[in-house]
This record gives sequence, structure tokens and C-alpha cells, in this order.
Amino acid sequence: MATVEAKTKKDAANSKPIVNDFSFTVATMNGSGSQTSNLTLLRALFKMGIPVSGKNLFPSNIQGLPTWYTIRVNKNGYTARCESTEIVVAMNIDTFVQDLAQVAPGGAFYYADHLKFAIDRDDISTYPIPAKDLVKESGAPAALRDYVANMAYVGVLAHMLNIEMDKIKLALDFHFGGKQKAIDLNLGVIEAAAAWAAENLVKTDPYSVAPMDGTEGLIMADGNTAAALGSIYGGVQFLAWYPITPASSLAEGVITNIAEFRDDPKTGKKNYAIVQAEDELAAIGMAVGAGWAGLRSMTSTSGPGISLMTEFAGLAYYSETPVVIWDVVRVGPSTGMPTRTSQGDLSMVYFLGHGDTQNLILLPGSTAECFEFGWKAFDLAERIQTPVFVLSDLDLGMNQWMTTPFEYPDTPMDRGKVLWEEDLDKFPERWGRYLDIDGDGIPYRTVLGNRHPKSAWFARGTGHDEYAAYTEKPDDWEKNMARLVKKFNTARQYVPKPEIITTKGAKTGIIAFGSTTPAIMEARDSLAAEGLKTDFLRLRALPFTNEVAKFVEKHDRVYVVEMNRDGQLHQLLTLEYSPHSEKMVSLTKHDGLPLSAQWVAEAVMAKEQK
Amino acid sequence: MVAPDSSKNLKVNLAGLSKNEYRGAATTLCAGCGHNSIANQIIAACYELNVVPEELIKFSGIGCSSKSPTYFLNRSFGFNSLHGRMPSVATGAMFGDSSLRTLAVSGDGDTSNIGLSQFKHSMRRNPPMVYIVENNGVYGLTKGQFSATAEHGLTLKYQGENPYMPIDIVLEALASNATFVARSFAGDSKQVKELIKAALSHNGLAILDIVSPCVTFNNRDDARHSYAWSKEHEEALHDFSFVPQEDEIILEGEFDEGDTRTVKMHDGSTVLLKKLARDYDPTDRFKAMRVIEEANQNDILLTGLIYVDPDRPSLLDIHQLPEKALNRTTEKELRPSKKSLDLVNARMF
Repeated sequence: MATVEAKTKKDAANSKPIVNDFSFTVATMNGSGSQTSNLTLLRALFKMGIPVSGKNLFPSNIQGLPTWYTIRVNKNGYTARCESTEIVVAMNIDTFVQDLAQVAPGGAFYYADHLKFAIDRDDISTYPIPAKDLVKESGAPAALRDYVANMAYVGVLAHMLNIEMDKIKLALDFHFGGKQKAIDLNLGVIEAAAAWAAENLVKTDPYSVAPMDGTEGLIMADGNTAAALGSIYGGVQFLAWYPITPASSLAEGVITNIAEFRDDPKTGKKNYAIVQAEDELAAIGMAVGAGWAGLRSMTSTSGPGISLMTEFAGLAYYSETPVVIWDVVRVGPSTGMPTRTSQGDLSMVYFLGHGDTQNLILLPGSTAECFEFGWKAFDLAERIQTPVFVLSDLDLGMNQWMTTPFEYPDTPMDRGKVLWEEDLDKFPERWGRYLDIDGDGIPYRTVLGNRHPKSAWFARGTGHDEYAAYTEKPDDWEKNMARLVKKFNTARQYVPKPEIITTKGAKTGIIAFGSTTPAIMEARDSLAAEGLKTDFLRLRALPFTNEVAKFVEKHDRVYVVEMNRDGQLHQLLTLEYSPHSEKMVSLTKHDGLPLSAQWVAEAVMAKEQK
Repeated sequence: MVAPDSSKNLKVNLAGLSKNEYRGAATTLCAGCGHNSIANQIIAACYELNVVPEELIKFSGIGCSSKSPTYFLNRSFGFNSLHGRMPSVATGAMFGDSSLRTLAVSGDGDTSNIGLSQFKHSMRRNPPMVYIVENNGVYGLTKGQFSATAEHGLTLKYQGENPYMPIDIVLEALASNATFVARSFAGDSKQVKELIKAALSHNGLAILDIVSPCVTFNNRDDARHSYAWSKEHEEALHDFSFVPQEDEIILEGEFDEGDTRTVKMHDGSTVLLKKLARDYDPTDRFKAMRVIEEANQNDILLTGLIYVDPDRPSLLDIHQLPEKALNRTTEKELRPSKKSLDLVNARMF
């Protein structure tokens, strides 16, 4: 992160140019069409080969409340959210004053010129944008002017920052799916604004972009779309869901994309079904029913939905029913902050269900991994015969991320231990639904539609013996629960192992998971610059595997960094590795914003200096 | 894959199965419980319809009624799910193999209290399923609390007098556009059996609200869900018979057409409604609501086929499923090709 020294407006023009290393924030009202403008800027920068990230900080509202979109360009490839913003574009009257105050010294402040405010800072460059006039002059029909007004700042920024116009065209073409009329309408405003800026504005700030080759081989995608596509490549057969921010776009991603791959081109028949349920209770109920019936079954939700799904999670765990549940985490408890990101559901999901319950959790750390876990979750659920939760979050799920392309599954589908008619004929002994024949805790199952007269069994949430018959015998209960523990331990060999990144000579470790990864990676560089070498274990699943134990053992001190109040991963680690609990240090942030590298580095250094 | 019954002396049906093959475990409900007699009629209906047990799936929620699927069709797959959530589990499961029939048993607490939402929403979707509500107005397993179908003013031993108005399951079903709505009384075995047969032939959700007295907690002679009151106040809408497709020829000439109405079911079978006190048309939803409302006001337990719409597409029709069972689909059919992923990646920005 380049440091920006305070400069006056006068000498700003003479300062050294800062290229491809800054953040800018656009302040608008939600529902004003600004998302199209912001994504156009983001995508154009990406196509220029500049590593870029975009974070939408939006309210839980349809129209009229303030919303901010922050784009960071960084030649080193850092994509975490920045604490500072060097450029601000103020389009919202309600937040004008705070937006002005937010600009880093030496930065630039662009503002819609119909917002009449005194600008009382002389340490920044200020530029008006005559958004209303530009739209009028662009010839946009009156009825559509409000929708394209935000394109004015795209045009002005394009000129002032050197964003290439042909890349903006590519971005518009993508956004509007090649619809020429919409592209022309928006491009008209952008070009008019760029031309106006060229004629009327004198650049006095140092920030600009230049093409580079930092995005080659990468794609842009949001985690929810990636998860949806991954689920399709995992052969999803049943999806039941209920709308909830920030998970809706996951189910909608399946709905939008699946027909192309899975509808029979001749007959139009569909070998899958998607049902929008009346609530999350019904969504998971249907998904559990379908999973029990032998389908690759899933649901997607967020915290409040998970709360409602608790009883079914316990039923699925105890009846040993495969089902995949995506939790795109937002800030709780309660309704909390529905449009802000969090990692606060970890311990709830790990133990979701009353009584003794433990669940398998996958923890994607990138959009490519959302795709990977999209298909892998089904293999794991059917292999282990248990619910598999995938914890993404709002930041990962809803924002656009640079990512490596999605990789085709490298293993065939694992449908687990399912017996069909011919398998039962050959089965060496009396089959029992909950009989542990292989000694790994995983029994064999049959599914409905099996016509073998010995295939049927009665699934139940009540106490059952090895043959699925009702029992309240104390020994039967304990024996079955012990087998479930054995099965859970078997799962440790199937869950994705952590990713471990080491530095020679490091004695300090960092453990984190999910969307905080870019912040941790960047913080490690700045910590190294300050003389603290760190190793990084990025957890990819629960339960813990041996690699985690070794990592904890190996390091003198282990920082556990996460986005929740109570240090939930830290709690789980200290439970699992209690002899090492003293060297595990919890660092938590739970303000609803994506983690910044600056915060991570400062939090670590504060503990180091103690 | 049907295993013919080995004991040679037993009478078998067209599926080659004796009635024993349709039985379940011994009941653990109270002696005289209405639910047991309904379980017996499920066995009889499936036997008489030549249902292959492996080709039917059974479901229930939680409660006395929901225990009963273990008392019939041992050779059928079943799921005793959560309190009030049976409809969702059954809905998801039936997509596994759409060639199977689905039969579910619930109770008045399971359906009209905790499960009212899933009950109502299932009717919007019309899943092909027999949905029996064994209705006794009282919670049994938790020892005698009011359910939502308990009548206003009902007095129970430990609860006192019910101050609230009841929910009428038939009216709820009619209001929610259910495609098959019937009411019966567990004491009327023949009618229960014939209605179950017709419901099993219905291509959609068939709601059977069956008054099934609780001999332990709610069987005082003046209580609406008691044996005595129901016997005394039952009035059948019609003499109801189910005629399977293969027996249809019998219909010709045997009945006086002026006295009967017939409704053609989706699978080609027929229900035959012999006129009793009135001429009742069960395809008129508005009249159905009226006749039930009037019966309720006049203290009549009106039984029979109250409403049927045999032709509305079922949930499985709507989803355009292939003939082959979804749960037998192979990896090749489910996982898109490697080549297609290159296109997907190219399509991302």
C-alpha cells in the first residue's frame, strides 16, 4: 500500500504519479442504476490487465438509501478492502459531507454539480460532474435519463484515470448481453462525459491507471454464481430454496444456468427439479426428502434460514441423510445487518441440531473454490451420508472477484454406499440400514424405488437400531451415537485439506478461512516488511485434519483471524487442541465490512508488542 | 421384483401377494383407537388395488397418527419425519422416483397446529399424494391437550374448556384449491377404504380428513370427535364406491344412472356416487364449501367425497420429469462435459 502524504491542491499537480495503486469509492443512492456503472468500471480495469476488486456496501433497501461501491486497483495483486480511499465520487446528496471527509489527503473528489455544498478542503483535488446536463446532451430519452445518469461519472473517470474506452465497451457489451440499444444508450453518456472532462477539467491529482498484464488467465465472477455452476457440475438434482439476502443469487444462478446443460434437447424433459419453498423449514424439508430418495439435493440460505433449519439438520444428521446446505453468511444475531458480511455462523453450523450433533463444513476461500465445493459437497454428503454445510459469506457470494477459471471435477462422482436390487441379491449378509459392515462407521443404504422385497426401511428421527427398527434400549442408543462419532472421524480423510503457505524461518502462524484470505495474504507481506515472518494455514473444512494439528504444534504462536465477535474458530481450535490453547491468539473483527490487511497487520503487531 | 407369497394356502391378489404382505408391525396405540382401524383400511385398500408395496412410499410427521405408518406396508419405504413437516419431506422425496405412489398419515395437531403452513402450501403445488389426517381434536402423546380442530367449548380433563374457535381441515383444503377433498369417520370402514382407493388413484393431492376418535382423551359422548357423536351425527353425502379401471365393464347396466354420479379419475378408474339424501356434485367447489359450512352449523358430520378436480396437473407433471427415475440417473447424464466448462469460463468476464 503506497502511503499518501498530505498535499495541497497547488502542489498536487507536480506530485509523482501514482499508477495502479489506489482505491476509489462511488457514493450513490441504491436503486439508481449505479451498480451497472460500477461494474462497468470494475470490468474495464480488469480487462486492462490491472488487478482489481470491487466491494458493494449497500443497505437493506430497494431504493433511496445510501450505497457505496469501492474499487481497488493494485499492481501487486492485493484485492482486500482498503481502509483508505484516495478517490471519492459523490453522487448522493445525503452523504455528501461524509463522503468529502473520507477522501485521503492528496486525493481526488468528484461530485455531481447539482449538489450544492461548500467544499472546505484544500488538501485534495475537486472536480465537478455535470451529470444531468451530460445525460440530456447525450440524447438519452427523457424516460431513461435517470437510469443512465450514473454513466456520467464513468465517462469522467475514464478520461481522468486513463481507463481505455474500448475496454469500457467490452464491459458494457458483457453487461447488456450484446443488446446494442442499451450499449449505445449508456456508451453515449460515457463518451459525452469523457469528452466534456477532456475539455473542461485539469487534472491536479496523481492517481491514474495504465494497462499491465496482471489479470491474464483470470476470470471475474461472484461466489454465488460460481457455487451455482459448481452445483450443476456436481449433478444437482433437487434444489429447494427460500429467498434471502445474500443467498438468493445462488439458487437463482442454478435456475438461470441449469436448463442449458440438463434439459433433454429433444423432449424438453428435466432430470432435476427446483422448488421455491414457502419458508426455510419447507426448503430443507424438501431437500432432506430428496436426499433420502437418492437425489443430489441442496438448499441455500443465510443465518436466519439456518436457524429455522436446525431441527431438520438434526434429523438429517441422525437419520444419515445426504443433503448440501449453503450458508452465505451475513451479520447476525437476529435480522442483524442483512447486507453486511460476517463469519459468525461457524460454531452454530458446526453443532447445528439439538443433542449431540456435529456437522461437516466446507469453507471456500475464493470464487473458484465456491465452484469446486459446489460439486465436491455432493460427493462428501453421499459418501458420509450426512448434511454437508458450505459456509460462504456476503462478500464472497455477492461481489465480483478475480479468480482462476473454474476447474473441471478431477474425480468421478462418488455416490457413496447405495445398494440397488442386484447389490442386495449379492449382499453377503443380512443388510441393515445402520449396520457398520466396513468398520468405518458408514453403513450401506437403499433408496426408494428399489424393487427388491428386502430393500425397504423406515427412516425416523426416533431411536433406531442397526436395522432401522424403533428402539429405546440404552445400549442401542449409545452404540449408534458412538458409530456416528466413528463416521465423523472417517470424514476427516475425505474433507478438503487446508492450504498451507510457509515462509522460511517463520515461527508465527496465522489460521483463517474464507473471504478474509486476501487480507491475510497482504498483511503477511506488510508484517514481513516489519520483520515478522508468518506461515499461513487457510482452513478449507471442518472437522480439523492432521495438518491443522501439525501446524498448531509447529508454531510458537498462532493467530486465529476471523470476522465474528467471539472468535468462533479460535474456540473450536482450543477445544480440539487444548494442550496448545495458550499459544493460540484470537483476532476478531465484526463490523460487517470485509477485512482489511491494515487491520490484520495492526492487530497482529499489537499482540506482538505485548 | 415382486416376491410371490410362499405360503400356498393364502389367497393372493393380482400382484401375487397375500394380505399379509401388506401388514406392518403390531400397533402400539391404545385399544380402540380410530387410527388402528384406518391402518387396517389402508392395508385392505392397497391389497384390493394390487399395489406392489415397493411401489408406494409412506410418510408421517409426529404424533399418535404419525406412528401408524409402521403398522402397515412393512415392505414400503417410509419416513417418519418432523412434527408438522411431513408435506415437505414427502414433496422432496417423490422426485426420486415419480412412478411410485405416495401415502402420508398426519394428525390434527401435526396438520392444523404446527403444520398448517406446510399443509396449506402443499395444496398449492398439488403433489400426487394421499394425505390422511387422523383427526381426533386432541394431543395424545403429550396427554390430552386441545388441538386446533377441537370445537369451541369442548371440555377436557386437565385443560378445562376450549375458549378458541376450531380450524376445519376440509374448509381449509377447499380454500387452498386442493384437488381432492374427502371427509370420513374411522367407524365407517367401508367408506374409509373406498375413499383411500379413490385417493390412491388421484393424480394430485388427496386430503382425507377422517374423524378418528381418541378413546383415552377425547371420547365423551357429546364431543365432536367421539365415536358416539360421530355415529349419531354422520350423514353420508352419497354411497361411495371406487371402481378400478379393469372392472369398469361392471358399471354398465348395474346401476340406475338416475341414482348415481360418476367421476372419471385421471388413471382411468371411476368413482361411483350413489345418491342418498341429496344429489351432490363433487366437482363444484363453491357448493362444496357451502355444504360443509351448513353441515357444521347444523351439527352434522357430513362424509364422502366433497370435492374433486381430477385433471389439474400434479407437481410432478409441472416439473416435466423424464420417464426414468431421477434417482437412477447416471453421472454421464448429470455432469456436463468438460468441453462445456471451457465455454462457461469463456463466458465469464
